[in-house]
Amino acid sequence: MHGSRLRRNLLTALLLGPATAWLVVFLVLPFIAIAVFSVGERAPEGGYQAAFTFAQYANLPARATAFWNTMVLAPVGALACLLVAYPVAYYLALRAPQRWRLILLALVVIPFWTSLLMRTYAWMYVLGGRGIPALLAYIGFEDVRLINTPGAVLLGIVYGYLPLMILPIYVSLERLDRRLLEASADLGATPLSTFLGVTLKLSLPGVMTGFSLVMILLLGEYLIPTLLGGGKVFFIGNALVDLFLQSRNWPFGSAIAITLVLVSVVVLIAANRISTRVSGARRVDLI
Amino acid sequence: MRAFVIAVFTFLYLPIALVVLFSFNAGHHASEFTGFSVQWYGKALANPFLVEALKNSLFIATTSALLAALCGTAAALGLARVGIRTRAVFDALLGAAIVVPGVVIGISTLVALVQLFGVVNPFLASIWPDDQPPRLALGYGSIIAAHGLFSMALVTMIVGTRLGSLDRNLVEASSDLYATPLTTFRSIVLPQIMPAVVAGFLLAFTFSFDDFIIAFFVAGAQTTLPIYVFASIRRGVTPEINAIATIVLVASVLLVVLAQWQLRERKPSN
Repeated sequence: MHGSRLRRNLLTALLLGPATAWLVVFLVLPFIAIAVFSVGERAPEGGYQAAFTFAQYANLPARATAFWNTMVLAPVGALACLLVAYPVAYYLALRAPQRWRLILLALVVIPFWTSLLMRTYAWMYVLGGRGIPALLAYIGFEDVRLINTPGAVLLGIVYGYLPLMILPIYVSLERLDRRLLEASADLGATPLSTFLGVTLKLSLPGVMTGFSLVMILLLGEYLIPTLLGGGKVFFIGNALVDLFLQSRNWPFGSAIAITLVLVSVVVLIAANRISTRVSGARRVDLI
Repeated sequence: MRAFVIAVFTFLYLPIALVVLFSFNAGHHASEFTGFSVQWYGKALANPFLVEALKNSLFIATTSALLAALCGTAAALGLARVGIRTRAVFDALLGAAIVVPGVVIGISTLVALVQLFGVVNPFLASIWPDDQPPRLALGYGSIIAAHGLFSMALVTMIVGTRLGSLDRNLVEASSDLYATPLTTFRSIVLPQIMPAVVAGFLLAFTFSFDDFIIAFFVAGAQTTLPIYVFASIRRGVTPEINAIATIVLVASVLLVVLAQWQLRERKPSN
């Protein structure tokens, strides 16, 4: 009996071993490494020199523009995504004909898994000099500038992250008990108050999951501001690429990365709190 | 509301459709479609740098997805055998691997590996018998490992979900009928989780093939297709890029559709 338990534990360890090693070596240790770097100093030739100082964190205001742009455009972008995504998710979950539902859902999922680089490139093409501005010039509006503006970045954000917002909202609406909607109507509630009091409230976990996921990914976004903002709209992601790959100030870059992770954790916790408080339910997991 | 939904789907697909359309444009200019031609595909595939980047991407995506499918499936099976606490720790780490932005994964992997190589390389040089010791450097290995982290977490979650909905009665019936655990695994469990494993592999492949930001940090001297395309885009939009973009888009769409098809709800067969 003792032998078989030992064998059982050994098998479990063998099954979990490779994944554990992977998580430790490529997630936990690297995270500890940047945490250590963030309290270090920059070596004269670039790179890292051991130290224990909070100078890197005190220096964060040096990248205030990147922080400001990100902290404004990430929530605004996530909110814009939400406003576009909610009606779509609502239609898919509660209004779409049954046989169309899965096809439409697949059409939402597909862009999510296709290259963000290629999809953002498509907008460079559409907004660039030979795209919409050329069409506008044709009908008399000369010199309209669309690309390399904050508006273009916002558009790219909505385009890039819309599927990620639609999916969790769809999941929470699809699980909704339809009898509640009928009950609400039977009890004399107007459609609007049924929507606000029942539908919206019960789909809030999905809304918060979508909002926090999009917001966290936007905090680290690099491609969209680079390609559609043309170096004029600088995000934290751009600052990080600059600090790690060009100016090689790794300790300062690490301090920014750690700050980014901390902000993400705060966003996740806040989103979880809000959805628990309002709907009394746990948040929806995406997968 | 229907009109709005139609507008959103148009918004999602119109820009992609334009890129695909103009990849077949005979003319050089993006503003007018002057006729059908596949010349840009020919030009793209005759570009040795591009073909090299494509080969690198295919190799990296295949390797990282295979490793992720193996380790992720093993981990999902292992997690079904451990207590609640171990499971919670694992779930938190797997969630982190999926949610932490690619920029941070890229940076932290870069920092950790460079430090590691800084220790290992002098050591290798000191114990190596001749003057040309192997030197560890960023490249294929680091991209595969960093992509595999996300992919493995993804496979573990997808396979874990499928394991959760596995019919326990079949497993018990199998062992009641004196099947060895290995036989039960091979003939009951494996066939049921296989679609999830395949779907996980396909999504992992797609993720790795499409990823730009992680590879950008840890690629060292290597070039992947997204890195090459990014560099070319910054030099200017060309019809050649439209052709590559079309190939990549079509490939990812096929893979995702295949993955979704594997994951579809199966009607119980009789």
